[in-house]
Amino acid sequence: MSRRQFALPERSSSEPPDDTGCTILHVDMDAFYASASLLAHPELVGTPVIIGGGTRSVVLSATYEARRYGVTSAMPMTRARRLCPIATVLPPDHDLYASISAAVMDTFHDVTPLVEPLSLDEAFLDVSGAVRLLGSPSTIGQHLRDTIADEQGITASVGVASTKFVAKLASGLAKPDGMVVVPHAEVIPFVQQLPVGALWGVGDKTEERLIALGLRTVADIAHTPVETLRRAMGEASGQALHDLAWARDPRRVEPVQRERSIGHDETFGADVDDPAVIHRTLLKLADRAAARLRKHGLVGRTVTIRVRFADFTTITRSKTLSQPTDVSRDLYDTARGLYDALGLQRARLRLVGVRVEGLSDAETTPVQVRLDEPEHSWRDADRAVDRASARFGAGAVRPASLIGDRGRDEGRDRRRS
Amino acid sequence: MKFRVERDILTEAVTWVARGLPARPPVPVLAGVLIDARDTGEITLSAFDYETSARTTVPAEVAEAGTVLVLGRLLADIARNLPNKPIDIETDGNKVEVTCGSVHYSLLQMPVAEYPTLPSSPTPTGTVEGTVFTEAVGQVAIAADRGDTLPILTGVRVEVDGDTMTLLATDRYRLAMRELTWQPTASDQNAVALIPARTLSETAKTLGAVANVDIALGDAAGGDGLVGFDAGQRHMTSRLLDGDYPKVAKIFPSSSETEAVVGTHELVEAVKRMALVAERNTPVRLRFSEGQVGIEAGTGDDAQASEVIEATVHGPDLEIAFNPAYLLDGLGALGRQFARLAFTAPLKPALITGQDTIEEPADTSYRYVLQPVRLAG
Repeated sequence: MSRRQFALPERSSSEPPDDTGCTILHVDMDAFYASASLLAHPELVGTPVIIGGGTRSVVLSATYEARRYGVTSAMPMTRARRLCPIATVLPPDHDLYASISAAVMDTFHDVTPLVEPLSLDEAFLDVSGAVRLLGSPSTIGQHLRDTIADEQGITASVGVASTKFVAKLASGLAKPDGMVVVPHAEVIPFVQQLPVGALWGVGDKTEERLIALGLRTVADIAHTPVETLRRAMGEASGQALHDLAWARDPRRVEPVQRERSIGHDETFGADVDDPAVIHRTLLKLADRAAARLRKHGLVGRTVTIRVRFADFTTITRSKTLSQPTDVSRDLYDTARGLYDALGLQRARLRLVGVRVEGLSDAETTPVQVRLDEPEHSWRDADRAVDRASARFGAGAVRPASLIGDRGRDEGRDRRRS
Repeated sequence: MKFRVERDILTEAVTWVARGLPARPPVPVLAGVLIDARDTGEITLSAFDYETSARTTVPAEVAEAGTVLVLGRLLADIARNLPNKPIDIETDGNKVEVTCGSVHYSLLQMPVAEYPTLPSSPTPTGTVEGTVFTEAVGQVAIAADRGDTLPILTGVRVEVDGDTMTLLATDRYRLAMRELTWQPTASDQNAVALIPARTLSETAKTLGAVANVDIALGDAAGGDGLVGFDAGQRHMTSRLLDGDYPKVAKIFPSSSETEAVVGTHELVEAVKRMALVAERNTPVRLRFSEGQVGIEAGTGDDAQASEVIEATVHGPDLEIAFNPAYLLDGLGALGRQFARLAFTAPLKPALITGQDTIEEPADTSYRYVLQPVRLAG
């Protein structure tokens, strides 16, 4: 989802866009979290809906009806509710999002192996190898949009261009539920009529500096000598801005990089000082991290916990295990040990997180087994839980202390990788 | 206080006593060595860190009895560096004057009154031959845990039952057990003690080399979680670890499918060579077949190595993977010409014992059980 919205520039030609050579697609689900949540609430379609947690968290997503009131992603919930008091607020359902996302990514992989997911709801695809089999890039783009709408019941917007940067801009301009093709010949006029804020890597600060220099549109940047840009904006970013202004973006679509760490944070609805609640939260987070490790066929060696106090000071503590693991119990015991070692005397906490690092493929990672490892260990219990979850939904089997916990819905959850 | 002592005698005594002194003591006085000169012509040096105490008595010409406390490591360093002449030590106000030939040191006295009382030396409950004790402790202590997850596993479990003493340690990945015969003072003795492995190794090395070691276990040791060791004029006590040691009896494999007898030295050398390419955490793989064992390490993407050595193999072929460091620990501790490796399955614990010829049956007085490595997937 792009941070800002820009108007679709006028096309210079009235012919249907020529998509030859435009082999890069950027596919972005429209208001993904909101659309997905509405699948279970058809009565709310067409009304303003905000997806987010309790009063303390931020807006995860909002329907276009709510966006009209000025609600945007990552805005504090309290502010969003003030802007749009009539909106219905739904709690996020991360399992649903993950399963839709997985299905959508599968659809992408049916078209090309070159898929670079950016998040749950967007990805770059390089379809150069699929053109002979499936038709022109815009045909493929339309096919993807139709398949996603058919199979998942949500809409996606597609940008088709010859570079990643332009494809991403195009999908942003296609929203909602549209497709924009930027023909190779029209790329430079297309890019140059945009405001500078549209360029990749230009945030509020950079935009201010560019405008202070009198550079308002991308064309202004393009016609500024690169030396001047380098002096004003720094060696690297000056060069990068100039390249982008001439639509030069050599980055290729990189299929999934391996995750470096897996972990989750949880912000409490209200500050917590009860060790039992904190232990339970650590258990939930460790359980989830371990389930993800197993799902991806990984094992991890280092467990890190993050603790944020009521005054926002944040500390991390980590421990490297003697053997890599994907066992929920091992992660929890370590996380809990780290937490207990802090010796907190009922300090009020705002957030705790559990992360696993030092990941490697389970298939090839040697493990020194313990002499006293029972025939049926926690490892087997975890695998049984995974099978039950695959069949009956995540959380079908969980630690007894987490029963009755609506935890998957509460608080803000951030995935880090 | 005033006495004269031979340099070598003082050096040896103070070095031994001070070797266990903490670098950063919890209380300043614990960095000291207590010197007690008596009119009987002896001086006693002692050190204590609340966990272990060390005490030794050596002859000296005592002119005036008395007690002082001085920095232990400093005194040890000084003694080592003095010329080989008699050393005179005497108190002067709040100083201790150390004179050796024309060398003179003036050390600060530490407050004797603040020094804790050492545990009294318990009456021995039996005796074990010094060299046997040193060897046995060395064989077992290697398997003790060095981490901090389960403090109890950092100890060596010592059990006496009549004239049999059994030493055992495990870090949950491997287990080492040694049985030996000792001479108890009473034939119906029965006691179990969990002694910190580091202290026990240190003790066995320094005491076993001197003489037979008298050991005080159980109630005789004062009954308050202490063990005592005496050898010649050296006396030590150590606090015991508290807690229930895990049940280990069922860890020993009761039968075996494949057994191999290999020259210990040849196998150690081969494993060391292969281990050079076994990166962190990757195992060495052993493949046993008729008349040989193939050893290899390294995986597809990295360097690889292989070697084949002669072995007498009984039973079906078998391939098994071990952490090379753990395997070498066990083989190195055997102290015998040949190693016998017994396996039930590639993912079940292996038993390593030693023997002096290929044909003779395994000597089970020392047993090393090692859990193999598997892949996480």
